[in-house]
Amino acid sequence: MSPFIRAHILVCSGAGCVSSGCYEVYDSLMHALEDQGVLNEVKVIKTGCIGSCDLGPTVLIYPNGTFYQKVTPEDAREIVEEHIVKGRPVERLYPKRATGEMVKNISSLDFFKKQVKVVLRNCGVIDPENIHEYVARDGYEALAVALTDMTPKDVIDTIKQSGLRGRGGAGFPTGLKWEFAQRVNAEEKYVVCNADEGDPGAFMDRSVLEGDPHSIIEAMTIAGYAIGASQGYVYARAEYPLAVSRLTHAIKEAHEFGVLGENLFGSGFSFDLDIRVGAGAFVCGEETALLASMEGKRGMPRPRPPFPANEGLFKKPTLINNVETYANIAPIILKGPDWFRSIGTEKSPGTKVFALAGKINNTGLVEVPMGTTLREIVYEIGGGIPDGKAFKAAQTGGPSGGCIPESLLDISMEYDTLTKAGAMMGSGGLICMDEDTCMVDIAKFFLQFTQDESCGKCVPCREGTKVMLDILTRITEGKGQPGDIETLESLAKTIKNTALCGLGQTAPNPVLSSIRYFRDEYEAHIDEKRCPGGVCKDLIRYEIDSTKCRGCSLCAKACPVQAIHPVASEAEVAKAAGGESGQKPKRKTYEIDNSECQKCGECMSVCRFDAVSRR
Amino acid sequence: MMGNEKKKINLTIDGIQVEAHEGEMVLEAARRAGIDIPTLCYHPAVGPIGSCRVCVVEIENGRGLPASCVTPVREGMVVRTNTEAVREARRTVVELILASHPQDCLQCERNGKCELQELAMRLGIRESRFHREKEHRESDTSSVALVRDPEKCILCGRCVKMCSETQTVGALGFAYRGTDALVTPMFERGLAESKCVSCGQCAKICPVGAIHEKEEWQKVADMISDPDLHVVVQVAPAVRAAIGEEFGIPAGTPVTGKLATALKRLGFDAVFDTQFTADLTIMEEGTELLERMKTKGPLPLVTSCSPGWIRYAETFHPEFIPNISSCKSPQQMMGAVIKTYYADKAGIDPDKIASISVMPCTAKKFECARPEMNGSGRRDVDVVLTTRELARMIRQAGIRFEELPDGEFDAPLGISTGAATIFGVTGGVMEAALRTVYEIVMKKPLGKVEFLQVRGMDGIKEATIDLGGTKVRVAVAHGLSNASKLLKHIKETGETYHFIEVMACPGGCIMGGGQPRSVDSDIAVKRAAALYTEDRSMEMRKSHENPAVARLYEEFLQKPGSDIAHKLLHTTYESVDEAAAASRKEAM
Repeated sequence: MSPFIRAHILVCSGAGCVSSGCYEVYDSLMHALEDQGVLNEVKVIKTGCIGSCDLGPTVLIYPNGTFYQKVTPEDAREIVEEHIVKGRPVERLYPKRATGEMVKNISSLDFFKKQVKVVLRNCGVIDPENIHEYVARDGYEALAVALTDMTPKDVIDTIKQSGLRGRGGAGFPTGLKWEFAQRVNAEEKYVVCNADEGDPGAFMDRSVLEGDPHSIIEAMTIAGYAIGASQGYVYARAEYPLAVSRLTHAIKEAHEFGVLGENLFGSGFSFDLDIRVGAGAFVCGEETALLASMEGKRGMPRPRPPFPANEGLFKKPTLINNVETYANIAPIILKGPDWFRSIGTEKSPGTKVFALAGKINNTGLVEVPMGTTLREIVYEIGGGIPDGKAFKAAQTGGPSGGCIPESLLDISMEYDTLTKAGAMMGSGGLICMDEDTCMVDIAKFFLQFTQDESCGKCVPCREGTKVMLDILTRITEGKGQPGDIETLESLAKTIKNTALCGLGQTAPNPVLSSIRYFRDEYEAHIDEKRCPGGVCKDLIRYEIDSTKCRGCSLCAKACPVQAIHPVASEAEVAKAAGGESGQKPKRKTYEIDNSECQKCGECMSVCRFDAVSRR
Repeated sequence: MMGNEKKKINLTIDGIQVEAHEGEMVLEAARRAGIDIPTLCYHPAVGPIGSCRVCVVEIENGRGLPASCVTPVREGMVVRTNTEAVREARRTVVELILASHPQDCLQCERNGKCELQELAMRLGIRESRFHREKEHRESDTSSVALVRDPEKCILCGRCVKMCSETQTVGALGFAYRGTDALVTPMFERGLAESKCVSCGQCAKICPVGAIHEKEEWQKVADMISDPDLHVVVQVAPAVRAAIGEEFGIPAGTPVTGKLATALKRLGFDAVFDTQFTADLTIMEEGTELLERMKTKGPLPLVTSCSPGWIRYAETFHPEFIPNISSCKSPQQMMGAVIKTYYADKAGIDPDKIASISVMPCTAKKFECARPEMNGSGRRDVDVVLTTRELARMIRQAGIRFEELPDGEFDAPLGISTGAATIFGVTGGVMEAALRTVYEIVMKKPLGKVEFLQVRGMDGIKEATIDLGGTKVRVAVAHGLSNASKLLKHIKETGETYHFIEVMACPGGCIMGGGQPRSVDSDIAVKRAAALYTEDRSMEMRKSHENPAVARLYEEFLQKPGSDIAHKLLHTTYESVDEAAAASRKEAM
């Protein structure tokens, strides 16, 4: 071991950066360090997700916190040769602000400025495959405190006092859930972690499992102690192989360390943990479907009651929380409920991780105190909308949530305000939409998703969402009829009121909220057969203004279906008619044959003379 | 015991004070209070499912409109079952089902007796506001007993729950998601390729025309019209306990005399009673039991009357095959006797006899088609009709069943005892056997004919009978999950029984897959009462007292267990897996 480490190089190894090649960057760093003979002075760590996924692969160097973006293996060699060996930062790899200004330090990057990291406290900081690093960041101290200084009731009281609410969607008070499970008298109970994160675009749970798996192991063990369970299961989606492999590794390490298994901390309490991998059904995020799937049955929800706290996995009392919820537990035990309540709002204490996606400059994971406004998230952290376009709406809560329009940009992002606005916290997906988005089309997209993922058990969800989807499809095809909006509203009401599980009950939300805030867009589609966002192909036409067209033929060459043909310009035709006979017009303009046009918009984007317009 | 008594709960439903017990669902409490909340997926035989959402109600201070079939009662709960919101939701839900349901009601097996049709009528739905195209799916006609029509399926889940939970067969399950969701045997194969045992419980509780028996009554009508054929019919005990329901006669009314008359009016050349061979079964099986008890094995002896149970054992518990009685079922015994003894006596060429049976059962269709069921040298039974099919035939013929005078079955194969009558209900075969075995062993008449220990609807019943110092341990199981439970218990504990009766259907043949469909939760008890009443009213109540059976032995079969009896009345069984392996080997 080296006596002195002078620099740490953190290589983000979240799934996003893995896809963009961070492992190659890591290898290149290691080779370069070896070539330069400084391998024993510098420690290179593969960390979990740092959060700014659009900039990956990213490399963070301490001390100083120098942040390099979009690093290639060649860049990595340069970083070692220049930054590590010669002390000269590689400035061209700094992230840049929209103004072009370079940001050399991670803490001055706008994306990170407003963030408060509780859940993601270790993500992007430690090596998730090294338990020592977790322990060095106070890991397993909360478990030790709980097991040696606290009674199960103390633990539950602490969680209750913290006001922590379930991060999986509905925001049920976590402490209360623990208390219900604790109160049931049973020899066998289970603790389950719901890691079946399925909302399109949301990946905070994956990041925690990949970047800080021990935080989940620790929290579930504490939960086991609190409710009187000695076995836990993590139900992870099959689409998260990296998370599963890191968690598997972490469980093994925890066993070797004696923080998982028999007689923990000499307390007499034993706890073990296993992983169950799902089979790719969104509905298995619903807790009763999840339990059915864990039991080896088809993932179909069942009516509640009985609630899992009374009759859960294999009919035994079962506590189910999601990954992000568990990630809050250890800090609450260590720092106390008052500390937790000092973050966020009164009704929604703590932080929330959002997955920024869609039409926004900085995409990735951000953790902010509850109550942060949407405006702060979109503009200050997210860096606003690309290409100077206008913000139109943001979808929160994925397919179960709704949209928040521009007029509500100052909404406080917490459970109850979002619900009141017709949206939902959900798991924290936040998809931004700009002026070029069609809200009917968006509603259709989400409904298509829930319809595909409906388990098919109850009529309102299976049949109702399909009928709604058919109506929306008609509307976007220009076949909308008067009364469609009312039918959609009435169906939505019935589905919300009568569907069996959360998936069905929330499925109409995207439609209802888009009707609530963008009714005029629906009306434009139905009454005027017009798509204001310019998205619905059957409702838009591309045309070439012959007075602006210079006949350069770029559009005709770009058209993938050869729908653009040359015609003689009016001026030339007139000239030919009035002038010498037999003379062909020399200059041509172009015209789009709308019967062949696929509405891809390629012609508009290649035209240099602004001659192509969309109507 | 006081400790077992459930806590009383008081709630208000539509302004009525209702007392319920803890764990009861709002739907049940409401129905007891005379409020008939409409349902579609709910069926007393399988309990609540919660999929159709037709039984929604409003609960004060509650969220949404919960389904009353799965909402437990709570103290002080205030429920409203008939508000504007509830009516609107129910209508919408039913319209949504109709949106993709085939509109060919006129050609449907269930026309006029369809729960969806009734519900739509009750809710005043004349047309659906919605329409959605459904992918065309072919009917599954691979099974000899049952037809599945996935296009008509409304995915209520009754059959899946019945097949997997009550019958522990698991031949049917859900596949795919969203509007692609489908009830199907595995890998969308035909039922014939599945582990289906043809018990038909799915068909009996399907609310629509998505699963029903393979209809063959038209074929029988044609046979009757054929002057060259001598068409003989036999009818099982359970049929008389239920067929009246098809004609509006209250459940539990025995209609044996009307049934005999109806069959004659339909034009059958001879009308026999399967009860005759039920008595014959007791003679053969009783002898087998006594022999096995003497020679020590293999015990317990398990009854073989229920073809659904036989197929279940062959499929899921082949290790018990040596225990199963080698006796054919009464239907197959009758078939063999008709085409030998009866043909000979009546002087009719057996090849000109069409042997029809009317059964409460769909598995009987499967049974009569088994290759080994040809003791007479040809198909012993040619066509099996269910009770429902016979009712259809009677209606088509314009016979007003409810007004028919009583008639009688034809001699000699129509003569039977009360012991044979109760074959149709769980515990009945056991009781009939005990009546005979007791008198044969003890060589004295029974004081009390009834063995009440083996009666009733408990899933597994046990009794110990003292036969002059020999304690005979018996058990009765009905419904295949109970049969499976009993067999597992025997395997695990080694508990010894001498004789076990198993019937595939919960309640016995009276609740068979071919019986009239009913949503009455007391239907099994009512039908059982019909058979027990009939038994009490009979002069002869023990199988060995049947003079016609005695004559059959005298004139033809010699004695129970004789070689010719074995040839005609006994059979063998085969493990489904081994049979499949053998046929694979052959094919190679």
